[in-house]
Amino acid sequence: MSTPHSSSTSSAPHRASPPQIPESLTLAATASSGSPSSSSASGMRDAAEDDSDSPPSQMSEDDPGGGGGGGGGGDRWEPDLRGGNGGTGRWAPPDQVLENVLESVLEFLTAARDRNAASLVCRSWYRAEAQTRRELFIGNCYAVSPRRAVERFGGLRSVVLKGKPRFADFSLVPYGWGAYVSPWVAALGPAYPRLERICLKRMTVSDDDLDLVAKSFPLFRELSLVCCDGFSTAGLATIAGRCRHLCVLDLIEDYVEDEEDELVDWISRFPESNTSLESLVFDCVSVPFNFEALEALVARSPALRRLRVNHHVSVEQLRRLMARAPQLTHFGTGAFRSEAAPGGGLSVTELATSFAASRSLICLSGFRDVNPEYLPAIYPVCAKLTSLNFSFASLTAEELKPVIRNCINLRTFWVLDTVGDEGLRAVADTCSDLRELRVFPLDASEDSEGSVSDVGLQAISEGCPKLESILYFCQRMTNAAVIAMSKNCPDLVVFRLCIMGRHRPDRITGEPMDDGFGAIVMNCKKLTRLSVSGLLTDKAFAYIGKYGKLIKTLSVAFAGNSDMSLQYIFEGCTKLQKLEVRDSPFSDKGLLSGMNYFYNMRFLWMNSCRLTTRGCKDVAQQMQNLVVEVIKDHSDDEGEAEIVDKLYLYRSLAGPRNDAPPFVTLL
Amino acid sequence: MEFDADNLSATELRLGLPGTSSSDGVTKKPSPSVGAKRALDDTRTETSGTGPAADADDQDAAAAPATKAQVVGWPPVRAYRKNTFQAAAVAAKKKAEQQGGLYVKVSMDGAPYLRKVDLKMYKGYRELREALDALFTNSVSAAAAAEGGDHQHALAYEDKDGDLMLVGDVPWDMFISSCKKLRIMKGSEAR
Repeated sequence: MSTPHSSSTSSAPHRASPPQIPESLTLAATASSGSPSSSSASGMRDAAEDDSDSPPSQMSEDDPGGGGGGGGGGDRWEPDLRGGNGGTGRWAPPDQVLENVLESVLEFLTAARDRNAASLVCRSWYRAEAQTRRELFIGNCYAVSPRRAVERFGGLRSVVLKGKPRFADFSLVPYGWGAYVSPWVAALGPAYPRLERICLKRMTVSDDDLDLVAKSFPLFRELSLVCCDGFSTAGLATIAGRCRHLCVLDLIEDYVEDEEDELVDWISRFPESNTSLESLVFDCVSVPFNFEALEALVARSPALRRLRVNHHVSVEQLRRLMARAPQLTHFGTGAFRSEAAPGGGLSVTELATSFAASRSLICLSGFRDVNPEYLPAIYPVCAKLTSLNFSFASLTAEELKPVIRNCINLRTFWVLDTVGDEGLRAVADTCSDLRELRVFPLDASEDSEGSVSDVGLQAISEGCPKLESILYFCQRMTNAAVIAMSKNCPDLVVFRLCIMGRHRPDRITGEPMDDGFGAIVMNCKKLTRLSVSGLLTDKAFAYIGKYGKLIKTLSVAFAGNSDMSLQYIFEGCTKLQKLEVRDSPFSDKGLLSGMNYFYNMRFLWMNSCRLTTRGCKDVAQQMQNLVVEVIKDHSDDEGEAEIVDKLYLYRSLAGPRNDAPPFVTLL
Repeated sequence: MEFDADNLSATELRLGLPGTSSSDGVTKKPSPSVGAKRALDDTRTETSGTGPAADADDQDAAAAPATKAQVVGWPPVRAYRKNTFQAAAVAAKKKAEQQGGLYVKVSMDGAPYLRKVDLKMYKGYRELREALDALFTNSVSAAAAAEGGDHQHALAYEDKDGDLMLVGDVPWDMFISSCKKLRIMKGSEAR
């Protein structure tokens, strides 16, 4: 969502508008002005001619500050879209023609940031932009009310909504906190009958909501649900059955609630004629499904490019699917295991033949219960793979090496730490083009052995200099390896290191990890996302504040000594949008040091720090457009009313929400 | 190789993260925030409110107490992923044991050497007793002849706590998960 649009200042005095189109618009009067881009001038000319018969509309008001002077109506309007040469005082007031013209031009703007900027130029630009925006992105569903969004934007085709704060993924937000999509669907339905696309992340979506979506949008094409919950196979059936133009149904890491005896055969509900499906992702729908129906569906979906099935699919079934869809580019392979008894079942060679026939495969995932003997079947496609997700396959280094050796074009690789430092070295040796690496822990507990360490990180940094994004879970790390990565991988945009044991220092020197993270912010000049861990003092945050000028998202856990850390962050990280903090010794003082910055951020989350109700109330009282939520676990009914365990604050135009459960206090 | 009850308790629905035992000295707060269907969600556990207390002015926090309480949501791995491996890890362990068998030593008082039986091979107590009878039939006769006493033998087992227990009191599945050793005792001792 764009930054809150401050209500305009005084309205400009009405100016008389000439009844006909100003000549300057139709001629190359552009010569007299600076050097506006010729394409825009001709665009306007065409539009002007098209609209030559339209009656002049009611005069629009311009913000005096917007790109021109105050002053009386001029008779020459210079189409200088660079605008703002500060008050030349000679430009005609915009009228309907201009708005149409603007709209044509603004159609070309797609990036939300550009559109937000354009909408701030003046009222008529605001309106033109609002009519032509096709995709609405709302990073916090509570930052604005559905009604307001609907009132502003006239022609949306696509809506992206994000709900719960990210720490909800780690069970830190109690069930029932909020982020219901219902009010949004209810508002969007009547307003945008031509809506085609809805993408939701961390929201609660019920079957009724899905039903309403299917009913409200006859042209609906794309549904993408990431980390959502609240729906079941019944809701999926409605979408499949009613959305006849559905192209994309992507269900990614959702929690799909199903009772075993209430399962609905949703796959059978897709239209019986050829479908427009391009992408069908349902690996998170963990219940069994009708395979024959899927096979038939794939056979009648000629546009299908992305298919990710759940783990109830054996290699024998996989082969059948691949035969039906040799044009797949993205494939989620299910269990990658045979359903037959050992000895029987598909041979590796037969499976390899199927893969060899899929000439377009560039992305493989799945391998949910992989039988390593079948891995060689993917060799025929390895060289073309740009993305490989082994993060659900507990492979050893020995099992990984022969596969990864072939993946010379890999750009994205997700893997479990079971492959160890040795496996990572093999990755580094081959995948010199790697851009994104994620190493997940098989055993996600603090006391686990941890199979990867600084050795693996160092190897990756040496072999993959183009790395842009890394997520690395480990138990042992050194500053030296992190520093090495900061130097070897200067293109890093995302650096997320999770040393699972709390407060772990450098395993060799025993020092805090300050210098390592300091080097990252110093040397990786493009860094926008950072997650820190290990033993960290205020010094680390001094570095982050000093050098992390582009950081938008920062995650802090079990770190820092004092409130100075927070102060460094707030004062230094000028682009900070999202700050998540847990279990760190920060008090109200640290919180208050951020007062001047909260409006520039999307949200702040703090749990298990040393905040009190007093401090949070201070913030709430001083900042009118912030919503300050104090969240309790249910059992905290008695006492301790002073200590705040979970704080979630966010800027909002909508004010305190009216759907907060009893364990949320809105200050 | 043991099939210990810790594995069973890993799948047990109880308050606390897998890996913690009830002997942790940290109070657990049940959280009814979890819906009934979300059995594997680890929202319910020790409150992370103990976190700051433990971290208080803790420069050498690396030397945390031995019984460190697990905190909610740390390490930050999504429940989706954790659950996948929880199920798979338990299944893998189960499968490993199924292949490995559950062999326990059987000693009989007076017999010169011990035997080993695979508890997995039997579906219940009756089959176990029959098998043991078959195994030790020679020793029984010899012992009976030597002692001249009655032929009553009691079957006892040593559980994981080391206590000697009478076989037959608990359900079969619970028995095989806790039995470490079998002991056939002479009638006179059994009383």
